[in-house]
Amino acid sequence: MLRFAFNRIVMALPTLLIVAVSVFVLIRLIPGDPATLMLGDQATPANLADLRARLGLDDSLPVQFGLWFGHVLTGDFGTSITTGQGVLPLILGRFWVSAKIVLTAAALASLVAVPAGMIAAWRQNSWVDLVLVGGATLLLSIPAFWMGLLLLLFFGLKLGWLPVVGYVSFSDDVVKALLYMVLPVMTLFLHEIGVILRMARASTLDVLRLDFITHARAKGLSEMAVLWRHAFKPSFGPTWTLIGLVLGNLLGGIAVVETVFTIPGLGRLLVDSIFARDYPVIQGCLLFIAFIYVLVNLIVDLCYPLFDPRVTAE
Amino acid sequence: MKRRRLNAVIGIVLIGALLIVAILGMIWTPYDPLGISFGARLKPPSPAHWLGTDEFGRDVMSRLMKGAATSVRISCFTVAVALTIGTALGIFTGFVRGWTDRVIMAFTNALLAFPGILLALALLTVVGANEYGIILALGIAYTPSVARVVRGTVLSLREKEYIEAARVMGNSELFIMARHILPNCIGPLIVLGTSMFGWVLLAESALSFLGLGVPPPAPTWGNMLASGRPFMVQAVWLGLFPGICISLTLLGINLLGDVLRDRFDPRMRGL
Amino acid sequence: MTALVEVDGLTLEVGGTGTVVVNNVSLSLAPGEVLGIVGESGSGKTLLARAVIGLEPPAIRRTAGTIRFEGQDIATLTPKAMRALRGSRIGMVFQEPMTSLNPSMTIGRQLEEGLVLHRAGDAAQRRAAILDMLRRIGIADPEAALVAYPHQFSGGMRQRIMLASVMLLKPALLIADEPTTALDAVVQREVLELMLELTRDHGTAVLMISHDLSMVARYTDRVVVMCRGDLIEQNDTAEILARPQQPYTRQLLNAMPHRSPAREVPEGAPIVAVRGLVVDYPGKQGTKRALHGIDLSVQPREVVAVVGGSGSGKTTLGRAIAGLLKPSAGEILFAGRAIAKSDESWRAYRLNCQMVFQDPYASLDPRMTIGQLIGEALRVVPDLTRAQKAARILEGLDEVGLEKKFADRYPHELSGGQRQRVAIARAVVRRPSFVIADEPVSALDVTVRAQVLALFLELQQRHGFSCLFISHDLGVVEQVADRVVVMQQGRIIEQGDRDQIFDHPQADYTRVLLSAIPALEAVSGGGVQLKWRFDAPPLASS
Repeated sequence: MLRFAFNRIVMALPTLLIVAVSVFVLIRLIPGDPATLMLGDQATPANLADLRARLGLDDSLPVQFGLWFGHVLTGDFGTSITTGQGVLPLILGRFWVSAKIVLTAAALASLVAVPAGMIAAWRQNSWVDLVLVGGATLLLSIPAFWMGLLLLLFFGLKLGWLPVVGYVSFSDDVVKALLYMVLPVMTLFLHEIGVILRMARASTLDVLRLDFITHARAKGLSEMAVLWRHAFKPSFGPTWTLIGLVLGNLLGGIAVVETVFTIPGLGRLLVDSIFARDYPVIQGCLLFIAFIYVLVNLIVDLCYPLFDPRVTAE
Repeated sequence: MKRRRLNAVIGIVLIGALLIVAILGMIWTPYDPLGISFGARLKPPSPAHWLGTDEFGRDVMSRLMKGAATSVRISCFTVAVALTIGTALGIFTGFVRGWTDRVIMAFTNALLAFPGILLALALLTVVGANEYGIILALGIAYTPSVARVVRGTVLSLREKEYIEAARVMGNSELFIMARHILPNCIGPLIVLGTSMFGWVLLAESALSFLGLGVPPPAPTWGNMLASGRPFMVQAVWLGLFPGICISLTLLGINLLGDVLRDRFDPRMRGL
Repeated sequence: MTALVEVDGLTLEVGGTGTVVVNNVSLSLAPGEVLGIVGESGSGKTLLARAVIGLEPPAIRRTAGTIRFEGQDIATLTPKAMRALRGSRIGMVFQEPMTSLNPSMTIGRQLEEGLVLHRAGDAAQRRAAILDMLRRIGIADPEAALVAYPHQFSGGMRQRIMLASVMLLKPALLIADEPTTALDAVVQREVLELMLELTRDHGTAVLMISHDLSMVARYTDRVVVMCRGDLIEQNDTAEILARPQQPYTRQLLNAMPHRSPAREVPEGAPIVAVRGLVVDYPGKQGTKRALHGIDLSVQPREVVAVVGGSGSGKTTLGRAIAGLLKPSAGEILFAGRAIAKSDESWRAYRLNCQMVFQDPYASLDPRMTIGQLIGEALRVVPDLTRAQKAARILEGLDEVGLEKKFADRYPHELSGGQRQRVAIARAVVRRPSFVIADEPVSALDVTVRAQVLALFLELQQRHGFSCLFISHDLGVVEQVADRVVVMQQGRIIEQGDRDQIFDHPQADYTRVLLSAIPALEAVSGGGVQLKWRFDAPPLASS
């Protein structure tokens, strides 16, 4: 098991490196003097010269990359052109906001969708199955931002039950913070149930037709016991991987939900900084989100043996 | 199976409707999609304007039709780009193996480390947000997925007994690739292409909604939702119809994709 | 004595389509008796067995008849009562060792589950019973096995664990559905004998389902023969063998491989020879040597059979000779000349050496028509016009007994036997001088197997090609081979003329292999008598 963990971690490192290289190259592709890009139009010549030295712009590209990556590893992501804040602290603060919503939505969606998918598989082709799958397909066809708009329209504006704009941090007021979170979480929740349910159903169907399930029945176990005790673990693996992918996708796509509900999250930060041409922030966000995604998938991989012990034997 | 046939029918009907509307949108619309008319601002659906007008008095239905044309065009080109480059890469690496394979796959995996539309967003900052930019950005963003799937298919096919039989018969590796492996990749590619059409459509709408897609006044369903947002309470139809269009289209693609998947490649279920 | 199981006029249908899969079958099983149900695929034998334990697939419906277990009609039982029967009174073991145990659950938990469910003792008693049983089935370290997972054990061991799991509950009836079909010949025997030992100890009756008539004949008291849902014949085992009443039974008996008369093989230089062949595989723990310096030669017109269990290296040998693998050392000689990849000699070899694979489903490209598939073999033959090629293809189809119309069909439209005929046609169409056949009939039904084998032999006689025939099934080998080579773990244990090897084997391993297949002796009355040879004790458990 340790060797498996070690292997997986080692395999992730080159990916992270190439991600860093890609981000570096991408930003360098933008026409214009890198120093001016990073400091904006208001920069003084002294600051520009300073930055040029720091970035090593007179040296070769690999050296520049080395310098830049070195800064990144020490936590120095540069400063935002628009706000003057340190990029990393800015990102972390926004990340915390986004993460709460994403994790809550993903967790709730999994808790509901996985059992539902298993039940749909168990009662394949019954009306329960048809309703569940039909509902799932419908839900995942609705774009998240439209779902958010509709929910906002209905619950927020028409019924006035929930606040529509903005965000309150938990440290200020727990109840209000929860209220502000309900709509965005519900949007993501409804969107992701569809995907997770279908995957859980498909992998459960695959497992249910294997011999050991009939063997379990032949032992005299009730259908419920067969489903939960025997079918769940082996079938959960692919769904677990999917949940990791879903989390990652939400990290990328949360910008739309944050736009709808005007939440100061990481996605919105990225989009705003693209409009503002705030390159240090753009760079930082890209790097950060990609890193988190690799990390999430790594954790998902490391947990896989819990469901399917065969992978450690590879 | 009855349900499968029902799904296929619904899917085909929806996609068919989309394509008809898109083609129409390119050649004729009831009103000029860009035609501003301050006298007819924010009118609800009526016999004159079946789906109402927006904040500039433009006919919503005409804009939806034009938007359909734009979205379909962008999606088709993007899928074509991703499928072409991705398949070439996938077949090459699956075939050649060795160091070239490992390097290209490492790079591909790294690109896949950018979740969802993040890569597209990143590329758009470089390329600029317009129709060609989006096609390029999304095309590059989805190429790694195609490459990975094609490579996987090629690798699994290589070990099949009928490939070995072809080798024993004395056929060259090139011939085997062209005659045996490529045709058997078509199934997974059709499934992937269909799904991708849906992802790209969704991504393009999302980007347009964020303001990073096709710039106004050209209509796409995404930016119609964005610009209609401030007026949604008074003019509910502005927030409703574009979304319904996107949802129905995605539903059709999903149903069609399911049916194709069952026929061609049961291993890709649930994706 | 009341029967343990009484099936009376059972008819099963596929719900919705009305297709009858089991037609008016009646049989009975006495306590402690061993009953075999023999049939080919589609005979309904598995569905019948599943019906006894109430685990038919949801699509199958019972339209007539009753099944009584210990006097009770199981159709009248509540689901709860039926579940109480399962496991404690009726146990079942399945065919595939790879999928018969839950891969995500430890062995200990899986073994304990049945005991807990049917409330057999407290935790300490259960643990003791499990450890005891594990030792009984031959596991060296039972405590370690309790926390191990199924994938850490071999196929044969997994079947034994499954047996243990079922027999722990001491059921009155054991249903064994093709329990050893997926296993090696040697391991098959060990597992079966263990099964019979355990059932004899507890007085458990056995319902053994198999397509392998000789295996069933060896271990059962009575036999039931089924075909396409009908019960063809039912009798004591010895009676069925000696005096088969029905034509289908006779067909099954005839399909069992028997020794063909010895043939004269012309003297002369070998057409294909292998010297010092070594093949290594990169493995997880360093390279594994699959072949340790093999020396072998094949005369013109000769059929050399290579036999061995799994891991013997016979398949690797076949593939290396076919040029699909690169050997690490040694050479292959064709018509006396060593062949090198870059040479003209390679092309000549390729033209003259062909291969037939085991899996009729996987060896034909699903996207090509039969005509195209056979035609592909003619691609590299020089100087053939299109017309000539087309004629050759039709000729090839005719030779293997397939009509012209098959040329435009696709593989998925053909049955397994038909596909294998196509594979043979494809191999033979360019008149090679050497054919490698890798388990060409193993995946086929018994009666189809006999037909395809006869076809293959006929073609070999007619066209005079030499053949390297790889098989794990000595029965088949007895029918086709001129010479036999026995392999184990990458080495040749013994080789010689067929009669020599079968009647006077030198090596112990050969004896063990031979003890698994019967010698058939024709008996008056139209039947056969099975004689088991070299009843060597089973090998120590691996």
